[in-house]
Amino acid sequence: MVPSAIVKEAKRRGLDVIGVCDHNSAENVAAVVRAGEREALPVIAGMEITSREEVHVLGFFGDEGQLMRVQDLVYEKLAGKNDPEVFGPQVVVDEFDNVLGSADQLLIGATSLSLEETVDAIHDSGGLAIAAHIERERFGLIGQLGFMPEGLPLDAVEVSPRSTSSGWNDLPVVSFSDAHLLNDIGKSSTCFLAEEGAFDEIAKALKNEEGRRIVNR
Amino acid sequence: MKLARIVEKLSLAVRTGSENLDTEVTAGYSSDLMSDVIAHARAGSLWITLQIHQNIVAVASMNELAGIVLVNGREPEEETIAKAEAEGLPIMVTQLPNFELAGRLYSLGISGVPA
Repeated sequence: MVPSAIVKEAKRRGLDVIGVCDHNSAENVAAVVRAGEREALPVIAGMEITSREEVHVLGFFGDEGQLMRVQDLVYEKLAGKNDPEVFGPQVVVDEFDNVLGSADQLLIGATSLSLEETVDAIHDSGGLAIAAHIERERFGLIGQLGFMPEGLPLDAVEVSPRSTSSGWNDLPVVSFSDAHLLNDIGKSSTCFLAEEGAFDEIAKALKNEEGRRIVNR
Repeated sequence: MKLARIVEKLSLAVRTGSENLDTEVTAGYSSDLMSDVIAHARAGSLWITLQIHQNIVAVASMNELAGIVLVNGREPEEETIAKAEAEGLPIMVTQLPNFELAGRLYSLGISGVPA
């Protein structure tokens, strides 16, 4: 899963835009964005954050600076150092797939941010907050917390298989591949009616603004 | 056994719902996955968990649980306290870890499965 291979596979699969969300880290996002620019594939910068309830929340951002500010907070709220022998290496690469170094924090763990604090932190930096794979028992919002907390200001919920549902709890439903391997890229996707594959356009589509919307296929 | 008796025997600190310690505890249940608690915790159970999110209050009410014990010194979130007070739901805290508390409850005759 190096940047150039991700971009190549996404293009081969016919995707028009992809989001990149490493777990509790964003150190490789810039490399994938740059690799995408080379191939004219828009890449939306993101991160998958684990709240202290062990709920996974996706944060997507319009610019990398916003994302890196959230990463600073996440790193501050993460405990432990990675043991590569146990959890594997956490390499940081450049856009040409060269290894630059490694992330030392234990990225597999949970932050000490509550679910509400996580969503607020994403919004405070100008991002979109989407609860990831809500139907999964492991790290899904419903599995961990039983039901949607009242008043949680999410922008959407994400489910693993492609969904035909038009909404859930008044929230838009999207589906992503959660690809951890090249083969999984594009296995599930969401179709947006928008001007281009850009953060602002997707934000509008989630809010059903200016004719932008999610298209159920 | 009455909840008040368990609180006293195990030196639990009561954070909310102190007016409802007269409830009879008929079983115990231990889980941190709320979907699992909704599916499996029987009415009258005392629930042991380390989750402090406000959703624990609604889960306990829905399943008519006797109360919640937060382990490892965890404290309920502010929202959790407000909701539990409104519902009159007892939330207790202890420094003990989950395993130890469950063992002590079992020693007092509280079982996880129907007799």
